[in-house]
Amino acid sequence: MEGCYCIEPQWPADELLMKYQYISDFFIALAYFSIPLELIYFVKKSAVFPYRWVLVQFGAFIVLCGATHLINLWTFTMHSRTVAVVMTTAKVLTAVVSCATALMLVHIIPDLLSVKTRELFLKNKAAELDREMGLIRTQEETGRHVRMLTHEIRSTLDRHTILKTTLVELGRTLALEECALWMPTRTGLELQLSYTLHQQNPVGYTVPMNLPVISQVFHSNHAVKISPSCPVARLRPLAGRYVPGEVVAVRVPLLHLSNFQINDWPELSTKRYALMVLMLPSDSARQWRVHELELVEVVADQVAVALSHAAILEESMRARDLLMEQNVALDLARREAETAIRARNDFLAVMNHEMRTPMHAIIALSSLLQETELTPEQRLMVETILKSSNLLATLINDVLDLSRLEDGSLQLDIGTFNLHAVFKEVHNLIKPIALVKKLSLTLHLGPDLPVFAVGDEKRLMQTILNVVGNAVKFSKEGSITITAIVAKSETFRELRLPDFHPVPSDSQFYLRVQVKDTGSGISPQDIPKLFTKFAQTTVATRNSAGSGLGLAICKRFVNLMEGHIWLESEGLGKGCLATFIVKLGIADQSNDSKLPFTSKIHENNVHLSFPGLKVLVMEENGVSRSVTKGLLVHLGCEVTTAGSIEEFLRVVSQEHKVIFMDICTSGVDGYELAFRMREKFMKCHERPFMVVLTGNSDKVTKESCLRAGMDGLVLKPVSIDKMRSVLSELIERRVLFETC
Amino acid sequence: MQASMEVGLMQRQWVEYTKSLFMEGFLDSQFIELQKLQDEGNPDFIVEVVSLFFEDSERLLNDLTRALEEPDVDFQKVDGHVHQLKGSSSSIGAQRVKNVCITLRSFCEEQNIEGCLRYLQQLKQETCLVKNKFENLFRMEQQIVAAGGSIPTKELLF
Repeated sequence: MEGCYCIEPQWPADELLMKYQYISDFFIALAYFSIPLELIYFVKKSAVFPYRWVLVQFGAFIVLCGATHLINLWTFTMHSRTVAVVMTTAKVLTAVVSCATALMLVHIIPDLLSVKTRELFLKNKAAELDREMGLIRTQEETGRHVRMLTHEIRSTLDRHTILKTTLVELGRTLALEECALWMPTRTGLELQLSYTLHQQNPVGYTVPMNLPVISQVFHSNHAVKISPSCPVARLRPLAGRYVPGEVVAVRVPLLHLSNFQINDWPELSTKRYALMVLMLPSDSARQWRVHELELVEVVADQVAVALSHAAILEESMRARDLLMEQNVALDLARREAETAIRARNDFLAVMNHEMRTPMHAIIALSSLLQETELTPEQRLMVETILKSSNLLATLINDVLDLSRLEDGSLQLDIGTFNLHAVFKEVHNLIKPIALVKKLSLTLHLGPDLPVFAVGDEKRLMQTILNVVGNAVKFSKEGSITITAIVAKSETFRELRLPDFHPVPSDSQFYLRVQVKDTGSGISPQDIPKLFTKFAQTTVATRNSAGSGLGLAICKRFVNLMEGHIWLESEGLGKGCLATFIVKLGIADQSNDSKLPFTSKIHENNVHLSFPGLKVLVMEENGVSRSVTKGLLVHLGCEVTTAGSIEEFLRVVSQEHKVIFMDICTSGVDGYELAFRMREKFMKCHERPFMVVLTGNSDKVTKESCLRAGMDGLVLKPVSIDKMRSVLSELIERRVLFETC
Repeated sequence: MQASMEVGLMQRQWVEYTKSLFMEGFLDSQFIELQKLQDEGNPDFIVEVVSLFFEDSERLLNDLTRALEEPDVDFQKVDGHVHQLKGSSSSIGAQRVKNVCITLRSFCEEQNIEGCLRYLQQLKQETCLVKNKFENLFRMEQQIVAAGGSIPTKELLF
């Protein structure tokens, strides 16, 4: 067999073994071909696979291995050389690729392993974050609950609602079994169960405040876990099988209004606290978590604030209600007072007239009766009637005066009067009475006391009379001295009157009057009562007549005159010194119209005579002419007279400084004359003054004179003083207009 | 001594008389003014003025009588006369005369002849009266001066 290129296997093939080898190879090849297919399929499916090159390599390696095994199938039987060659090629390739792959794997496998580790790590991290997220969510929810709770609590200002809401919301948020609030009692020694969540009407349990548990809770501002068996936590009778849930207690500060004066928030032992007790559900194995405890603490603080707000509001509402009540009461009182005043005024107005009319009748008729023929007894009776009715009239006047004074409706009649005359009059009035009582009466007027003053003459006299009258009334013997001076600032200082502050000024002065008597005096305790109405000292009642109103009225008058009145006495039997100071105006004669002199003329500028003044008098009436001439001659003038118009026109010249003419002469158009005169003299610089002397005092005359350009008008008859002032005025002011 | 006593007496009488004239309304304050005008430079002032008044009044009264006797009375003229008399009397302070003049003037305005005539009569009476009074007064003054005293015008101040 030389030409057979068949290769024979080395050993003779077992039939069975070969069969099995054949089948295994077949399956291996199959598997080897399907693995890369599977790989490709799955890798294509997955999105990420970083090692494609490796895959290709691996695929190639497996394919070649598969190919090798496949080709192996043909080598079991007789096979040609080609097959052997192919087989060898395949094997060689496979060897190359597998070596390459092996080398590649050395680099790749550590990477793949590390990927795996990272994956594990990330998984762990994710699990952890999940857990934490769960926690945060829980906390946030709790926070939300707190805010909602706070909002609920703060949305009301009613104490009970606040507390009830707190318990309800807390119970809901934390899923509590029971929640209770213990408030301190009024005595401050016990805690009383005030509010609970589930029990409708909490029975008034009390617990003493000095339990150690309670002190522990009060001393810390955190929520403290307490044992479920302590008295505050035992709210319901425990049934046997329940394992009670954990209990937490927290203090709730009760703030009073007075606490808000404190700047910081100190731990005062005098602070009052309430106790809030929270119980988790029994048998739930739940535990108090930190965030829940924090929530409880926050809520407790908020409750404290809300309660204090509620307390403040309550207080202010109460105060406002009180004020309103007071307002109403005051208003009512005011209206009542007004009604009373009006009633009194009406009464006074009526009584004023009604009382005085009969009094006048009585007094008038009694006086008339006195004038008739009467027996001595009758005369005595009539005199008594007259005296009594006079007294009564005075009393009525006094009472009415006083009412008006108190009303403030009395006003002073201010006018200029002669001050010296007032004192002299008082002296004259009192002297006879003093003489009868054998008292000596002296009057001293200060050297600088002005003669004229501005004030209410009548009331000043009334005051002086009253004071002097009192002095006379209460003196049985001795002397009465009246002193009147101008009070200077030194006098005020030595007087040291607490509520009297005199303010002197240029136009006013203070008059000080002192009345000293040697009479019965006044005891020191009676002095304050002197000026009160209707009060009389015990000594006086015996022998005095009068209602006791006099000094009260005087005081009012003196006050109206911005002054002060007071009495001093060293005691009973030692006499009395009455002093009063009033403000009066200084009489300035230039601005006072009540003086008898003409108001337009300054006294100090009046010339006494006018020597050499050339005057022309035109007057038809001979008598009047002589009188006027005599008047002017007396004043020193050089007088020329004219009895008629013609004479006048002949005589008149520039030398005459003043011309007096009577325009109301019949048949003479005086105004025409005057007009012509003015025309004549307009050319000269110094024309004479033209004054009309007339008996006509009407306005028409005056206006005509004005129109005619006269310098003045004087009404006849003219007195010396009037003529003097007229001439002065003309000379001083060059104008005069009317004097009457 | 007796002379001075007499002078004193006469002076007191004069004062009483003058005062009575004022009281009875014959004279008013204007007369006092006139008295003030009488001094050493003008010692007979009052006598002169009063004499002038009497002359004037006599003339005016005659004019008035004549004017009112006319059949057609010119009231304007009558008024003029009365006005003059009023002026004179008021210048010397003859109060009653002046008052009658005023009344007479109003009758003139009303043109009431009856009234005018009646009051003219009264005017004549008053003038006569006051003339009398003045004559008495002047006589007393002359007596005082003759006896060596002076006229106590100062005591009239009231």
